[in-house]
Amino acid sequence: MQKEYRTIASIVGPLLFVEGVEGVKYGELVGVELPSGEKRRGQVLEVERDKALVQVFEGTTGIDIPETKIRFLAKGLELPLSMDLLGRVFSGLGEPKDGGPRILPERWADINGAPINPYARNYPNEFIQTGISAIDGLNTLVRGQKLPIFSGSGLPHNRLAAQIGRQAEVLGTGETFAVVFAAMGITFEEAQFFIEDFRRTGAIERAVLFINLAHEPTIERIATPRVAFTAAEYLAFAKGMHVLVIATDMTNYCEALREVAAARREIPGRRGYPGYLYTDLASIYERAGRLKGKKGSITFIPILTMPEDDKTHPIPDLTGYITEGQIILSRVLHRKKIYPPVDVLPSLSRLKDKGIGEGKTRDDHADLFNQLFAAYARGKEAQELAVILGEGALSEMDRIYFRFAEVFERRYVSQEEFENRSIEKTLDLGWELLALFPRSELKRVREVILDKYFENGVRKSKETA
Amino acid sequence: MEKLKEGRIVKVSGPLVVAEGMAGAKMYDVVRVSEMNLIGEIIRLERDMASIQVYEETGGIGPGEPVYPTGAPLSVELGPGLIESIYDGIQRPLNLIRDAVGDNISRGVSLPALSREKRWKFTPLRKVGELVKGGDHLGEVEETSILLHKILLPPGMEGRIIEIKEGEFTVTDPIVRVETKEGIVEVPMMQIWPVRKLRPYREKLSPLIPLSTGQRVIDTFFPISKGGTACVPGPFGSGKTVVQHQLAKWSDADVIVYIGCGERGNEMTDVLMEFPQLKDPRSDEPLSKRTVLIANTSNMPVAAREASVYTGITIAEYFRDMGYSVAVMADSTSRWAEAMREISGRLEEMPGEEGYPAYLGARIAAFYERAGRVTCLGSDTKEGALSVIGAVSPPGGDLSDPVVQATLRVVKVFWSLEDRLAYRRHFPAISWLNSYSLYVENLEEYLKKEVAEDFPDLRGEAMRLLEGEAELEEIVRLVGIDSLSTSDRLILEVARSIREDFLHQNAFHDEDTYTSLKKQYRILKLILHFYERGKDGLKRGVPIQKIEEISVKGQIARAKYIPEDELEKFAEIEGEIDKEMGNLMAKG
Repeated sequence: MQKEYRTIASIVGPLLFVEGVEGVKYGELVGVELPSGEKRRGQVLEVERDKALVQVFEGTTGIDIPETKIRFLAKGLELPLSMDLLGRVFSGLGEPKDGGPRILPERWADINGAPINPYARNYPNEFIQTGISAIDGLNTLVRGQKLPIFSGSGLPHNRLAAQIGRQAEVLGTGETFAVVFAAMGITFEEAQFFIEDFRRTGAIERAVLFINLAHEPTIERIATPRVAFTAAEYLAFAKGMHVLVIATDMTNYCEALREVAAARREIPGRRGYPGYLYTDLASIYERAGRLKGKKGSITFIPILTMPEDDKTHPIPDLTGYITEGQIILSRVLHRKKIYPPVDVLPSLSRLKDKGIGEGKTRDDHADLFNQLFAAYARGKEAQELAVILGEGALSEMDRIYFRFAEVFERRYVSQEEFENRSIEKTLDLGWELLALFPRSELKRVREVILDKYFENGVRKSKETA
Repeated sequence: MEKLKEGRIVKVSGPLVVAEGMAGAKMYDVVRVSEMNLIGEIIRLERDMASIQVYEETGGIGPGEPVYPTGAPLSVELGPGLIESIYDGIQRPLNLIRDAVGDNISRGVSLPALSREKRWKFTPLRKVGELVKGGDHLGEVEETSILLHKILLPPGMEGRIIEIKEGEFTVTDPIVRVETKEGIVEVPMMQIWPVRKLRPYREKLSPLIPLSTGQRVIDTFFPISKGGTACVPGPFGSGKTVVQHQLAKWSDADVIVYIGCGERGNEMTDVLMEFPQLKDPRSDEPLSKRTVLIANTSNMPVAAREASVYTGITIAEYFRDMGYSVAVMADSTSRWAEAMREISGRLEEMPGEEGYPAYLGARIAAFYERAGRVTCLGSDTKEGALSVIGAVSPPGGDLSDPVVQATLRVVKVFWSLEDRLAYRRHFPAISWLNSYSLYVENLEEYLKKEVAEDFPDLRGEAMRLLEGEAELEEIVRLVGIDSLSTSDRLILEVARSIREDFLHQNAFHDEDTYTSLKKQYRILKLILHFYERGKDGLKRGVPIQKIEEISVKGQIARAKYIPEDELEKFAEIEGEIDKEMGNLMAKG
């Protein structure tokens, strides 16, 4: 029986300072019982002699100094694990939220996990077909990768994430992904959009949802991605499933972290975010990956809205340093009614080189995307030039690039929300668009590849015309 | 030695633990925290209170638990077995940890860095009766097929050999007995050295030999010398890590120490899985056979990240002391600085810029100063070199970041990565306008002698053309290309060729990934040959459009794919330039 304390000395924001405690450990789970009988949970952030600093996940509203009871539970925050997690909706702390029963656990696991030994990792190199050309063709996603979507307010990142969750498959095997969904501080409509989408497409059967809405306690959000990864690790490495973790919106998570740091009066880093934001994010993001000798994998797609669309804001900036690339959404493309509005040039998948080519996608993939990329970049430059000098000032060749950039956005980047393009179709489309150019202009492609695919593209483009 | 008294924890705050009853402990001594035996290091002493940075997760630790001083500073084990190892920031072998505890790193694991069981064949180089002093080679062990591990007498020791063995021994078996002034000392193959203390050498020399990296933009334009220091700052996605990997793969150093400091786990896996497959272009043996890896990824404890750069550089110094050329890649020093900042914050120190501690600049400078070309200790004259290449990850790519600024004050080479280039898929995205190398003059003699007399001149001319291009582009942007003179248009054409056919290098292309100095010279010469002939053509009235559309351009563009053993093909292309240009002139 644990000792019960009624020795709160002060309450600041989400934090409690408790005095006269004994045997308290760092990181320990804390039970808080309010005078009303309500029970909440917290975690020890710091302990010095007989004083403990506790953060309360559900917030401190209604907690008083004389009556509230504190218990230290001699363990960390844990999640019950079992295959019954699939198909269920939970709160940000892992409590059932769909009216269903509690999980009868196979075992419990600490939500903080333990760092993966870099020696135990297996390199992600298996192609995931998302059915979205801008991703499959140019920013290829592989199993075990962490690829964030950098978005802005009002952009269709949720639709894109849902589409990926719906369509993602391991090429050739037809195997689909289990989806672990972590929502932090999003609105009811946004959450409902995902739940409905998963229900409608049947994806809910192989999904676990952890949802913390905008009006729910902010501090709970600090636990949400960790709870989600604990579930994902179980499904992937204990049960051999391929898991896609989608987390939205990481910006809200970081703000919750900042709230705690501010309440602790820590010395702030950039824009008031704590100096350890990088380390903290890494402790979440790095839980994705593959392990040698294990069948399953965890692929991670965090979504974050960049304040003022600013990529150098600390949240996208630090995220970019941890993740293996980024998909950036563009407001300009969105205004042009292009869905998905993927800003191709600054987007990047660092692991694509290992996941494409013969036996994975197709032998022409690498050459083709280099060429598409270079051509689109030059086309964009031509467009800029044309804005200043007028289209007439462009050289013959630049005018072709100009036109290419336009067609490329309209036909390659843009697609329907429910259109699932196979990788062959994506690649063939690339050749079809490149047929705008004379063959000699395609310098990024090896001759053997040109021999094999160029004519085909020209034929297709004639058919389309 | 008297046994140090154990202390009691009074406070736990993240990686920082404060303990009382620690009288007698010294700064930077290693301690064991709680019954779990977590490893920590004392970073502040106040009466009998010690502040300890703990190298492992501190969850579940609380006041009242014991702290055991070890009385020794944080040290590394040096000896055969380092090569091909993968260690965490405090030199724990990650491969053995996986065997012992599974895929995730659990706490309190304690395994020796060097195997105590493995026997190495020791061949003596000295005889009984000989006088030896610290740094002398006592013998050697063939650690891998490309690395002879010299067994050194530890620094500071001096005396006469009274026994030297031959045969197979473990690293702790005594192999030599030396009679010193203080008495007879038994010397095993393994040395233990504190990481924060630099290993001594006899004297420092100026760096005069290039560290050839096979990367054209680096070797030709912004070279680093053996014993030099360089930094690669850049925003994310600009290719820092690829540059670091390329250097680790292709640098002509004898030993590479790669420190993955607070970076991605998958990147270390990439190195781990790829290096055994890749062949060193000089020895044709796997690159892993000359590489030591330190992996303290971003999700591993932050204090061990702080230690990792010291662990790495101490190992590198040890190989330098054998007379080898060693290169250290640290990716990324920003994460190291952030670890310092985190610990400093927990100590409630007064912060300097951006919350970094006031001693940030001093620590960075002291780290890079451990590089250099030196005469090693010992009775004979051996030369070793330690080059350090640090990646810096400034927030938002902003070079005014304190870590970048503190680094630029000490390093001699600056490779500025730009995301603008990366978006255009120009890799390596090293800016030719903003980067610099202060070794260019130092290395000129060597390049003239070893590569070609006119190499430095060609470099100078190419650089002028690139700078000229930047100025001309401004004009083009304002008034269009038609307003340029034909000679300026030729400059644009040649500069484009330098950028695309020389500076651009594909790390993932088998032939392009590495270019020898000789071949770099030939490509550059080829492009400038085209320039010279082009100028001749313009003089003789050939229209600039004809020169821009000349068909030999395709061959120039593909010259980088010419294999290293077929360099005579360059002369053929040069001949082709002369021929085609001659035809144009004849028509003109």
